[in-house]
Amino acid sequence: MKAGLHFVDGGTACAEGAIYAGCRFFAGYPITPATSIVEWMAKRLPQKKGYYLQMEDEIASIAAIIGASWAGGKAMTATSGPGFSLMQENLGYAYLTETPLVVVDAQRSGPSTGQATMPGQQDIMQARYGTHGDVAPIAFCPWSVQEMFEFTIHAFNYAERFRTPTLVMTDGEISYMREALQIPKSGEFPVIDRQRLTKKHSSPDEIFLRYEMPRFGDGMNLLVTGSAHRPTGVRDYTPHFHRATINWLFEKSRQAGVALNAEGLDVDVLHLDSASTAVLSFGASARPAYQAVLTARKNGSDVGFVRLKTLWPLPEQRLLEVFANVQRIFVVEMNMGMMVNEIARIAKHATVVSIPKVAGEVHQSSEILDRIMEDESV
Amino acid sequence: MTQPNPSIGKSQRYYRETYLRNLPSAFCAGCGNGTILNAFVRAVDELITAKELKQQDILAISGIGCSAWIPSPHFRGDTLHTTHGRPIAFATGAKVMNPKLNVVVFTGDGDGAAIGGNHLIHAARRNIPMTVILVNNLNYGMTGGQSAPTTPLHVQTSTYPQHPEAPFDLTRLVEGAGASFIARWTTFYVDELIRTIKDAMLHPGFAFIEIIAQCPTYAARFLTEYQGTLSPDEREQYRRHPGAWMLKALKGKKKGEALGYPRYQLTLKDTLMELGIFKREQRPTLIDHLQGLWGLTEVDK
Repeated sequence: MKAGLHFVDGGTACAEGAIYAGCRFFAGYPITPATSIVEWMAKRLPQKKGYYLQMEDEIASIAAIIGASWAGGKAMTATSGPGFSLMQENLGYAYLTETPLVVVDAQRSGPSTGQATMPGQQDIMQARYGTHGDVAPIAFCPWSVQEMFEFTIHAFNYAERFRTPTLVMTDGEISYMREALQIPKSGEFPVIDRQRLTKKHSSPDEIFLRYEMPRFGDGMNLLVTGSAHRPTGVRDYTPHFHRATINWLFEKSRQAGVALNAEGLDVDVLHLDSASTAVLSFGASARPAYQAVLTARKNGSDVGFVRLKTLWPLPEQRLLEVFANVQRIFVVEMNMGMMVNEIARIAKHATVVSIPKVAGEVHQSSEILDRIMEDESV
Repeated sequence: MTQPNPSIGKSQRYYRETYLRNLPSAFCAGCGNGTILNAFVRAVDELITAKELKQQDILAISGIGCSAWIPSPHFRGDTLHTTHGRPIAFATGAKVMNPKLNVVVFTGDGDGAAIGGNHLIHAARRNIPMTVILVNNLNYGMTGGQSAPTTPLHVQTSTYPQHPEAPFDLTRLVEGAGASFIARWTTFYVDELIRTIKDAMLHPGFAFIEIIAQCPTYAARFLTEYQGTLSPDEREQYRRHPGAWMLKALKGKKKGEALGYPRYQLTLKDTLMELGIFKREQRPTLIDHLQGLWGLTEVDK
């Protein structure tokens, strides 16, 4: 798409963001509500001399993008809950082998087939803890079509910069919703390209525990394995080596958290200056939550609004500062209450109230407002 | 058969130092995987010597199980040791992203025919250019001799006193799926194997080689039991060298020639199987079709 103003759905915006970021390989499997991403990538990639592959399942999809990433390409896949579940094992492989790639999960209401096609936010803990073993993910959470475009680019940037898989945890609502999308000119929006490890770097044999990423076919004799390994890739189960690897994965996530904060990509805080009550939300449910906050303020209640732009790493220190003078926090999310437990753990001084919804539909702002007012009047 | 032997003048040390990493082998004494690594390295050496390919273009990908350890960590070249059953899917992404790579997948009967069977048939259907070397040792060796989809009916495994399922014929499976190069050997036929690996690596399409290999630790046991009463002398031979004992069972009877290779017949347990090259034909590959999409649609909207 040309630079300028467009009217598109979130999935198309996500795919355009990927193209803008330089993605040239996409492997996927049809699943709603990620279909519009897949279809747009299928159309756009051949125009860019890139490759779209429809694989036999989601396990193969993520496997193929890992292979493509090691072959030197920026690569992505997109799916929804059932496919995200199938991808978990190979996602763990990508974390351990420090493979840059992007996985988009357009969440739908589960478990299982659930309310297929209808939005949910029930995979957010799966994004954090879904694969076996210890990992430290980076997960973006857009709330608009514009952010679908921008956060997909950020996801690629963070994947390349920190040599790790990154996630875009969107949902069926944002994926299918149509809104204005402003596409910047080429070069206007920052795109980070891969730092390639070559024989010219110092200790090029050490292909892991570093930010530079090598590529197949360069004569580097790469030894890549999902087993515990030394920095050279040689399989080694000694406690020292595996501890160093896992510590490194967590250190990268910590550094990513610092960068997200510096770039203003961690949280969005509005009207919280003097408010003692705050509403926290993310993704599609943040839209009615914000509407409820505006209405409450119009009605004279001093209520502030906090939106998570990245779910993981959770900006714990920042949230603690933001909530320093807040006594009551309402957490609005399309699940039975997942993020609310994290917020309660962080903001121990405040009363944390869950406003969950499992229905395959976004909260009405009136539902949220009523719940806030109920407590205000007590 | 009068061609000069390309390995003349090359020492074991040459192959080891040129193509292998100096790491200890994890294979059981008598395992067929060493033979397969040897055949692979010799095939690669012949191709490189003949300037058919460069060592840096070879990418060896493997899954999980004994077969996965043939290239990783032993082969001195790019290797990708992936998750259980998925090496062909990883290989698909790497090959499509960089079609210059000569991709060789090492998989096993558990890895490639059970958990990864779906990826195998779809890769054959797509005719994606790669060589799949499926090492069939008739059981799960790494985890302790459990039943596999290739285990002969009614043998005793760690999971069944009498294995209750019929085995796959993998060459016919991939033929049905559309593979364009299909071969089967056992580790007994090393020379044929080297030639076949060379042909497969140069084949422009999906090449499948099943290699039936001896598993001295587990499968040799059930094949011995099947062979019934052994003399005390034979029993001693088996006890000392189970790999060699099983390898004897992997020698077939010559039955003519086809596609430039000899054919053999082998009866393993009750299953009669053919050894040789079964198919070698060219048809457009997945890469051809994908690149054919370039420029089909207008560039911008």
